[in-house]
Amino acid sequence: MRKSVLALAAGLLLAGSVSAASAADKLKVGFIYLGPIGDLGWTYQHDLGRQALVKELGDKIETTYLENVPEGPDAERAIEQLVRAGNKLIFTTSFGYMDPTLKVAKKYPNVHFEHSTGYKRDKNMSTYSAKWYQGRYIQGLIAAKMSKSGVLGYIGSFPIPEVVSGINATILAAQTINPNIKVKIIWANTWFDPGKEADAAKALIDQGADVIMQHTDSPAAMQIASERGKFAFGQDSEMIKFGPKTQLTSILDTWGPYYIERVKAELAGTWKSEDTWGGLDSHMFAMAPYTNMPDDVKKLAEDAQAAITAGKLHPFKCPVIGQDGKEVECKGGANLADGQILGMNFYVKGIDDKLPGK
Amino acid sequence: MELIEAIILAVLAASTPLLIAATGELVTERSGVLNLGVEGMMIVGAACGFGGAWLTGSIFIGALFGIVAGALMSLVFALMALGLAVNQVATGLALTILGIGLSGLIGAGFVGERITPAVHLYIPGLTDMPLIGRVLFGEDAFVYFSIALIMSVWWFLYRTRAGLILRACGDNHVSAHALGYPVLRIRTLAVMFGGACAGLAGAYLPLAYTPFFIPGMTAGRGWIALALVVFSSWRPGRLVVGAYLFGAVTILQLHAQGWGVGIPSQFMSALPYLATVIVLVLLSRARTGGSTAPAALGTVFVPDR
Repeated sequence: MRKSVLALAAGLLLAGSVSAASAADKLKVGFIYLGPIGDLGWTYQHDLGRQALVKELGDKIETTYLENVPEGPDAERAIEQLVRAGNKLIFTTSFGYMDPTLKVAKKYPNVHFEHSTGYKRDKNMSTYSAKWYQGRYIQGLIAAKMSKSGVLGYIGSFPIPEVVSGINATILAAQTINPNIKVKIIWANTWFDPGKEADAAKALIDQGADVIMQHTDSPAAMQIASERGKFAFGQDSEMIKFGPKTQLTSILDTWGPYYIERVKAELAGTWKSEDTWGGLDSHMFAMAPYTNMPDDVKKLAEDAQAAITAGKLHPFKCPVIGQDGKEVECKGGANLADGQILGMNFYVKGIDDKLPGK
Repeated sequence: MELIEAIILAVLAASTPLLIAATGELVTERSGVLNLGVEGMMIVGAACGFGGAWLTGSIFIGALFGIVAGALMSLVFALMALGLAVNQVATGLALTILGIGLSGLIGAGFVGERITPAVHLYIPGLTDMPLIGRVLFGEDAFVYFSIALIMSVWWFLYRTRAGLILRACGDNHVSAHALGYPVLRIRTLAVMFGGACAGLAGAYLPLAYTPFFIPGMTAGRGWIALALVVFSSWRPGRLVVGAYLFGAVTILQLHAQGWGVGIPSQFMSALPYLATVIVLVLLSRARTGGSTAPAALGTVFVPDR
């Protein structure tokens, strides 16, 4: 009985919460969020983007959001709920909403959909994401400079290409500073569980890592690193509050400009299905100030950021050597092709671990 | 040596909220009431506990806030499930949903704030001993309290008359009633004890574990506490074993990943749950007959006038 009870509980939790108002002739724009807007990470940053949108175009549009919407089939109902409420442009902001969004998009051809971090598109469904691996490369340079033990600690969420390419970019950068750099990787198998993220950070530090990097959402790892007097990088958000002497930098998701651009297109009637994958040059994300590091390291980071922004430096410049010692086929000319990075499912040479599922 | 000590410390910290919450639920269930709202009471305890500590600067007051908040939440449950004899399963689930929403509302004002976490005991000499020093003499107050709590509960249930009466209510409320015991009053107190424990367990997270509040930070620990009560077959001794076993597997799988043991991390993340199931099977096979669950667990009792 308890099993069915838990299933029921999960079902009831899906209800989520709706915040909406009504106005007759304004364009209605909807958002589906994975977490609560107060998660200080992924969802928080998307909501900052929505707030920027309201600030810019508030007189022409009205926004609605649904928070705490679980990924998977139940998301479909939430998305449809927004459609029925009259939203004409809907942003679904997590990878797991991909198939539900596509399904609803096929059902309502007159509504436009924007799915974050996925790869399936349709006539009325765009995708948008950011080249976070560029930021990870900069972090790798800083980490290798700041590490005394030569061991970096990396907390992964799930072994999906986005996370794997982040790990590889980090290590490739770190190897340019210290060819013998080591990385210990722990998969939390969750995006959000502060307790578990803290446990993972403790385990990494106890095993000798002195710079902690994370691809999970809460500031727990930052706090543990701060407690133990180590360094760490934030994730998605500014986390310096949780480690004033700990945070080196953080990759900040800045969705506002993109949301404004897309809504403007919708208002002008020029919205088209597109695949946007922007990097530092298109302001899809930004780097938090470089803090708690000597000036030469800061300069190194700033130079790398400038070079990446200008297109002069590519984290996956060929040749890229895989774990098996063989060169990875270079499909993008001088660099790995975007498709190879978006589907990355291998570790580069120098990572002394096995990619789960390989 | 240092690594072993560090692992034991992490295991104790990870197990403590589970142990506290499960201890409370064990007493509740022993009185014959199934309160599935542990997760909801925990998260409200976390929000109020953090709020209390943030406003007053005192971890102790924060913990009290958590306890009171959990007890108040459970009182809502008691009013519905005991007072109005509503279905306990449905009420408990509703309590969890209420708690998750309520905690977000309560916590909205201090998301992103941070506090100084609970201090760890330090006795010069003793705490500095290798291997066992910090494990025995360097914990925060919650860890010591959780152990004292489960020992007191054991003593109460098996060594006192009141404990015997409470268990009688859980096994046969009609007989207990016929003997003149106030079944509903006893159950209400047991439910409130469970709520207070859940509130404290929730408060432990932002006060000692990860000193900030984020909605949803209990991340399912309330459900694990519920499972641990079943795992323990409603016995305090086994509950301690279960809670620490669960904590140990959780922490060890993280370390195994760091060492690069070539086992898929998804499998290792599932290990704590797998271990729970296996032990459950072994226990039930070894049992000499009859279920150990309180016989009246989850059944509605309306006293005849």
